[in-house]
Amino acid sequence: MNINLTLLGQSITFFLFVWFCKKYVWPPMMDAIEARQKEIADGLAAAEQGQKAQEVAEKEAAELVAKAKTQAAEIIASAEKRGNAVVEEAQETANSEKTRILDSAQSEVDQQVFAAREELRGQVSSIAVAAASKIAEKEIDESAHAALIEDLVQQLKAS
Amino acid sequence: MASGNGELTGAGYIKHHLTNLTFGQHPDGTWGFAHSAAEAKEMGFMAIHVDSMLWSIGLGLVFLLLFKRFAKGFKKEQPSRSQVAVESIFQFAQDSKNSSFTPHAKNNYIAPIALTVFVWVLFMNLMDIVPIDWLPLLAAVLNGESWSQISGTGAHTYMKVVPTTDPNITLGMALSVLVMIVYYSIKVKGAGGFVKELAFQPFGPKLLPFNLLLETVALLAKPLSLGLRLFGNLYAAELIFILIAMTFSAGIGVGLLGGFAQMGWAIFHILVIPLQAYIFMMLTIVYLSQAHEHH
Repeated sequence: MNINLTLLGQSITFFLFVWFCKKYVWPPMMDAIEARQKEIADGLAAAEQGQKAQEVAEKEAAELVAKAKTQAAEIIASAEKRGNAVVEEAQETANSEKTRILDSAQSEVDQQVFAAREELRGQVSSIAVAAASKIAEKEIDESAHAALIEDLVQQLKAS
Repeated sequence: MASGNGELTGAGYIKHHLTNLTFGQHPDGTWGFAHSAAEAKEMGFMAIHVDSMLWSIGLGLVFLLLFKRFAKGFKKEQPSRSQVAVESIFQFAQDSKNSSFTPHAKNNYIAPIALTVFVWVLFMNLMDIVPIDWLPLLAAVLNGESWSQISGTGAHTYMKVVPTTDPNITLGMALSVLVMIVYYSIKVKGAGGFVKELAFQPFGPKLLPFNLLLETVALLAKPLSLGLRLFGNLYAAELIFILIAMTFSAGIGVGLLGGFAQMGWAIFHILVIPLQAYIFMMLTIVYLSQAHEHH
């Protein structure tokens, strides 16, 4: 319990240790700790930023998808309309073509029927004349055959 | 060491444990180790407690070199558990400085001082937990004492292993704190400012001698109480451990009781040891903070 030189020895040792600690122990440790703290803070900030960017991107993507959906619906609607129009147009053309073809066919048939009838009429008259001349050659009995011929002519006219 | 044959009395055992290994000048002018407490006392101021100094410096070096190694081998990613523990002690010193040191002044020495004081005092206090006879016994054996000397009256190898039970050690540190208080007071406020603070406060220039007396006492009381508080706590702890250790020679029943008492006292000191280190560190910061403040 005596107070002696130990007092001064400890006091000097204290200063030496504080000096050593300040110079060689404190700075490297604190620098390393602070560097890591900064790294962690930076990382957290970056993560937050990334999250924000992701949110924005998600929103944008959702908008794009919605836009694309409406566009697609519009395109489908217009395509349907166009398709219907095309079908209708085709039907109309087909109809008019049909009537035109039918008309032309009808007129041709009529013409041919008329021509055939005219030809027949001519042939019948000549046959009738030939038949008449043949009959006349055999027996000319105008009274007896006049009615017959007349009847024949009437029949031809009627047909 | 207290033997049953009554050669070594309880008082002798206690005295042996409370005597430092002292190297100094004998009254006849020669230098050497003191061979008894009385001889150590006769040496007066020109003596040094070799055991206190060796344990103190040794534990301080353990602290510095250990922590330096952690600082050097710092791993940013996947730190080891011990690194995290050391880191938290650094952070603790830094936080203590931030919370208690005046924000009006900047001093990069405060936090390292806090760290040094805390860990060093903690390590010195921790020696208190080591069973009281182990290291002195080892020292005696290494010194070549025979068993009959150790257990008898011939025990002359002194070895106090808890530096903070030596008032020289605690007051020595307090003296350093006082030097720093004066140094920073003069550095921050100038010599005139420091003297003015001592002379003109708190009652104004008219009562200058009274002020001077009051302020000087206040200035000196700070480190004195700082050193004596630590010394008193650890000295009392040591004394109780010595008293408990004496029961080990008083038969198996009492000895067993003493064993439990020692365990309880040691567990209690797991609380006291860091607390005293913390108080010493905190007060050091606060005193230095006051030295930086203008009144």
